[in-house]
Amino acid sequence: MAKTRLIVVGNGMVGQRFLEELCEKGNPAAFDITVFCAEPRVAYDRVHLSSYFSHHTDEDLSLVKPGFFEKYGISVLVGEAVKQLDTAQKLVHSNKGKTMAYDKLVMATGSSPWVPPIAGSAHHECYVYRTIEDLNAIEAAAKQGKSGVVIGGGLLGLEAAGALKALGLDTHVVEYAPVLMAEQLDRMGGEMLRRKINSLGVSVHTSRNTVNIAMHGGRTGLHRLNFADGSTLDTDVIVFSTGIRPQDTLARYSGLFVSERGGIVINDQCVTSNPDIYAIGECASWHGQYFGLVAPGYKMAQVAADHLLGRKELNFTGADMSAKLKLLGVSVGSIGDAHGRTPGSRNYIFQDDQAGIYKKIVVSPDGTKLIGAVLVGDVDDYGQLLQMKLNDLPVPEHPDTLILPSYAGAKPAMGVDALPASAVICSCFDVSKQRIADAVAAGCHTVAAIKAETGAGTGCGGCVPLIAQVLNAELAKQGIEVKNHLCEHFPHSRQELFHLVKVGGLKTFGEVIAKHGHGYGCEVCKPTVGSILATVHNDYILKPEHTPLQDTNDVFLGNMQKDGTYSVIPRMAGGEVTPEGLMAVAQVAKDFQLYTKITGAQRIGLFGAHKGDLPEIWRRLIDAGFETGQAYGKSLRMVKTCVGSTWCRFGVQDSVGLGVELEHRYKGIRTPHKMKFGVSGCTRECAEAQGKDVGIIASDAGWNLFVGGNGGVKPRHADLLASDLDHETLLRYLDRFLMFYASTADKLQRTATWLESLDGGIDYLREVIVDDKLGLGAQLEADMTEVRAKYECEWKATVEDTSQHARFAHFINSPVHDPNVAFVPAREQHRPASPAERRIIPIRPVETV
Amino acid sequence: MTWTTVCELDAIVPGTGVCALVGDAQIAIFRPHADDTVYAIANIDPFAEASVLSRGLICEHQGELWVASPLKKQRFRLRDGLCLENRDYSVASYAVRVSEGHIEVQN
Repeated sequence: MAKTRLIVVGNGMVGQRFLEELCEKGNPAAFDITVFCAEPRVAYDRVHLSSYFSHHTDEDLSLVKPGFFEKYGISVLVGEAVKQLDTAQKLVHSNKGKTMAYDKLVMATGSSPWVPPIAGSAHHECYVYRTIEDLNAIEAAAKQGKSGVVIGGGLLGLEAAGALKALGLDTHVVEYAPVLMAEQLDRMGGEMLRRKINSLGVSVHTSRNTVNIAMHGGRTGLHRLNFADGSTLDTDVIVFSTGIRPQDTLARYSGLFVSERGGIVINDQCVTSNPDIYAIGECASWHGQYFGLVAPGYKMAQVAADHLLGRKELNFTGADMSAKLKLLGVSVGSIGDAHGRTPGSRNYIFQDDQAGIYKKIVVSPDGTKLIGAVLVGDVDDYGQLLQMKLNDLPVPEHPDTLILPSYAGAKPAMGVDALPASAVICSCFDVSKQRIADAVAAGCHTVAAIKAETGAGTGCGGCVPLIAQVLNAELAKQGIEVKNHLCEHFPHSRQELFHLVKVGGLKTFGEVIAKHGHGYGCEVCKPTVGSILATVHNDYILKPEHTPLQDTNDVFLGNMQKDGTYSVIPRMAGGEVTPEGLMAVAQVAKDFQLYTKITGAQRIGLFGAHKGDLPEIWRRLIDAGFETGQAYGKSLRMVKTCVGSTWCRFGVQDSVGLGVELEHRYKGIRTPHKMKFGVSGCTRECAEAQGKDVGIIASDAGWNLFVGGNGGVKPRHADLLASDLDHETLLRYLDRFLMFYASTADKLQRTATWLESLDGGIDYLREVIVDDKLGLGAQLEADMTEVRAKYECEWKATVEDTSQHARFAHFINSPVHDPNVAFVPAREQHRPASPAERRIIPIRPVETV
Repeated sequence: MTWTTVCELDAIVPGTGVCALVGDAQIAIFRPHADDTVYAIANIDPFAEASVLSRGLICEHQGELWVASPLKKQRFRLRDGLCLENRDYSVASYAVRVSEGHIEVQN
């Protein structure tokens, strides 16, 4: 069968989603797909466009999974636009002179910003906010200026204002209407938003009609905005965000029906007036209406793909325009009839000027159903309210209880059981409650697994709490108990075991397993219990009763390498090392023929040490003044520092001094996983502290404390826990934080995943650590003091205890080194020989004895 | 087949293993408990071809004792060297006994 030639015009968010729907759910082999992508890069996430300023890589924003186009043999013409569509001959002509035939065609051309035709607005220095190119232009302009204005106080305008503020500009927002976000918010909600945004240092000017712009005609700024009331505003950078218009020019010229208000006319199957042509996303007009949000576009993508695949049951039935977002740090939610325009509808309002919270719900005239809501400053209720509205759930007897703060009494629980199976839980990816229930039944028993399986919760993330509720309800229904047991030997989580060990004063694995587990133990529970015992008691970890618990790294106090040799990494706190220290390290490396390199942790690693040589190597390092760097342990590895105010021209605090102090304060303490700290001496952040478990950045007034950062497989920026701390408070919070993490994290859970698993996340952590909500502060500090007091250098203890040395010999019955270890030269040093390079010792086949 | 004495039983910390050189073979000997139960399998991890199995953690699964390789945690049954993850990577096992406080291996 000949393949269907399919052309997709446009590779934006919706166009890309369409390709995914078609290829991943259908039969891509039946299609020969060509995509025209007019922008210089393939599909990226416009919803999170502002994050481009903080990360600056378009890869972060890319929506194309690696290898996607190759996998399905899709030909993508980047930077090539369709300039003419010949529906009679079914041909397209590109701006680069290409002509291609199609059997089916999909228009996904999106929209373009609409700029009001006032004098000055067409000037090339008036920017819009839609593409990465726009952002690059705005950023370049911001570098030359001090102030900026966004004309348009809608959703996107405020997003743009956030970007200008982040670029360091004195930022203004000018809005024609009397309120911000007039589409989504009522007057009082808009007013609360204006106040909050004002307090963040962005000046909001509402009811201002900009009549013309004098480009390069300003006095205190480069340009001047003239308003209808005679007032003016001088500014250096101008960004228009005054709405969008469907990009339907190509369709107009090719004879497709186009709506009066703009947009290519489509039916419920997303088919245009030409049966071989579909239109989806912002360029389409359904029942005279176009949609400037991504969720309806995604729904259209799904409908069109299904229709093209011959499944005709799915229809586009309009879209719920409810939205939840965070603008300039202020959370805002809007649901359904936010303005209460339904005749006879009843409003319930809660307002807290102190906290800057405004909530309103709109209930049907008969008081039975929720038809709209506005939330500013606190959107915790959004998920529940949206589900109530979408599924026509009955409103409780006193509807105001839905939005009252929790201290006013328990909220009426809606319970996910009340939701019909068809209820859409994730509107970004159109995932129903049934789909999630099916995934749970198929074995997805964690939120992460459901996300991976269904895509739910991976868009805006607003539905994640609901997903968790559905998950728990389904698991309960299926009689599946949610277990986080350590392993088959312990019916407890790590956190539970930690408390059992601590409260019960247990000192050995034998005691712990006899009392709280059963059997012999395994490679999972033994090191975990070993780590718990070490955290609680901080005993010398190589006492004979502890030795069998430790992974080889802790048994031989070095990191085992692929060939069975070990690395040797002495502590160089804060990255400091003396010339004498360097010479001592160099001599050891030379004498024991160790490969030498600077590690990723600002210290020197010596590799390829024979196990039997370790005690002598360490004796010499300790004699030279070094101590173990615990590079092998699940404990604090190091504190990375920049050079700080002692030397650097820009430093405002002594970052090296603090880093050295912290490294010595917390060294050796066993934690659920390894930990890395960073201390930067100013906001330039040269120590990359925000990528560390604990990051500390100097401010003019003290130290800002960040936690939960990570590099590695899943990089995560740390969250700010507290700002402008003095030295003493910083140490107190750190003591609390580390002990709280050590006592509550799961096995091998880094702080980043631990923080994400905490209900309430960083806000909850702040309540525990800073506000001491649980009253644990003093205890956590006392525990830390006790553990710290017991620190000793494990290598010093091992070197001094000569009875330990015999253990380090490779053979119990021979003094020779491991003959299976061999090196080959590499870049003036050496590396382990590969098995193929050293086939000296044959591996014996299985033989029955 | 002869019995070779390799070390005293008490040279092995209960719950751990050691490596012995018998002829040109590296043999991992394990003492899971504080009694005189001992096991012997080849010391070479067949996945990485490195001499490390004696340094693994002894673990219990399916009611039997195994050692988890310290490199990538594949498990080998102490009584016969069977690899739990992939039987094609099973290793040799050796007869071993304790005689008058000394461990002897047959090879």
